Amino acid sequence: MGLLDQKFENSNIVVTTMDNLLNWARLSSLYQMQFGLACCAIEMMAASASNFDMMRFGVIPRATPRQCDVMIVSGTVTLKMASRIKRLYDQMPEPRYVISMGSCSNCGGPYWEHGYHVLKGVDRVIPVDVYVPGCPPRPEALIEGLIKLQEKIRNESLAKKKAV
Amino acid sequence: MTAQDIHDILKLQFTDAVIEAKLENVVDPFIKVRTDMIKEIAVFVKNDERLQFDYLMCLSGVDYKGKLGVTYHLYSMVHHHKIVLKVEVPTETPDVPSVESVWKSANWHEREAFDLYGFNFAGHPDQRRILLPDDWEGHPLRKDYQTPEFYNGMKVPY
Repeated sequence: MGLLDQKFENSNIVVTTMDNLLNWARLSSLYQMQFGLACCAIEMMAASASNFDMMRFGVIPRATPRQCDVMIVSGTVTLKMASRIKRLYDQMPEPRYVISMGSCSNCGGPYWEHGYHVLKGVDRVIPVDVYVPGCPPRPEALIEGLIKLQEKIRNESLAKKKAV
Repeated sequence: MTAQDIHDILKLQFTDAVIEAKLENVVDPFIKVRTDMIKEIAVFVKNDERLQFDYLMCLSGVDYKGKLGVTYHLYSMVHHHKIVLKVEVPTETPDVPSVESVWKSANWHEREAFDLYGFNFAGHPDQRRILLPDDWEGHPLRKDYQTPEFYNGMKVPY
C-alpha cells in the first residue's frame, strides 16, 4: 500500500484522510524514552546502534518523558522502581505508547517464583501496548515489536473513543 | 603467612575469644570468634605488623537455621595473605559490634547486612536500609521470610 510519500503521481497534490495523515506522522517519528533498566537495555542500545539502526524508523532516544511518544521498558522492574515508572508514564504527553521489552518486564521473567522485590510484569502499573518476548530479545525482535506498534498506530482513528 | 600461623597469633593474643577454627581442606580457612570481642580483634589484626589486614574484602550475613552469623573476609595488601573471621549471634537479638571505624568499607556492607538480615550493628553511624525501599517491612534473606502479598498497592507474588 505504501505510505503517503509514495502517492505523488501526477502533481504535487495528495488527497488523503486526516486519520491517515496523523497516523503516518505519529508512527514515523516515535520518539523513544530511553528507559534501560537491566540487560535488555544493552540490546536496546544495540538496536539503536549502526548494525540494526532504529533511527531509520524515526525512533530517536530522548532523555525526558515530556518529549517522547513511546517508552520501551527494558529490564527487570523492581517494586522500588515501579513507582518511579508510574510517575514517568504520567509525565508523558498523549498519545503515548509502551513497549514492554524482555521477559522481566513482560511477566517477571526468571524471577517470577522467588523474586520478593520484582514486579511480575510492568503491566501491573502501566498499560502496555506491545510485548516483545525474549531474554533478552534480539534487536531484530525489538524492531519487529516497534513495527507492530506502528501497525497499531496505523489503525487508529480520531473518531474512535479512547479509554482514558 | 599461613592460616595456621595467623590462628596461632590470634590465639596467643586473645585466648578465650577464639572459639574454633577450620584451617585444613577448605577453600577459605576460617576462624570463629566471640561476637563481643570482634571490634578488638579487628583493631588488632589491622594494626599488628605480622598480620596487617588492612582490606576488608567482604562482610556478609548468613542465616544458619537457628542463629545468624556475620562473615568477614580479610586480605592484607602488605603481606598478601587472607583469612576469614566468623561470628554467630542468636536470631532474637542479632547485636554485633560494628567494625566501621576499623575498615570504612564496612559502612555499606553492614547497611546491606542490616537491610537483608536485620542485624543491629552497635556503633554504626548511619544504619538504614540501602537496597530495599525505606518503608519495606521485614528482612528478606532470613530463612523464615514470607513474601508480602501487596506493597504500596502492587501485587507481589506471580
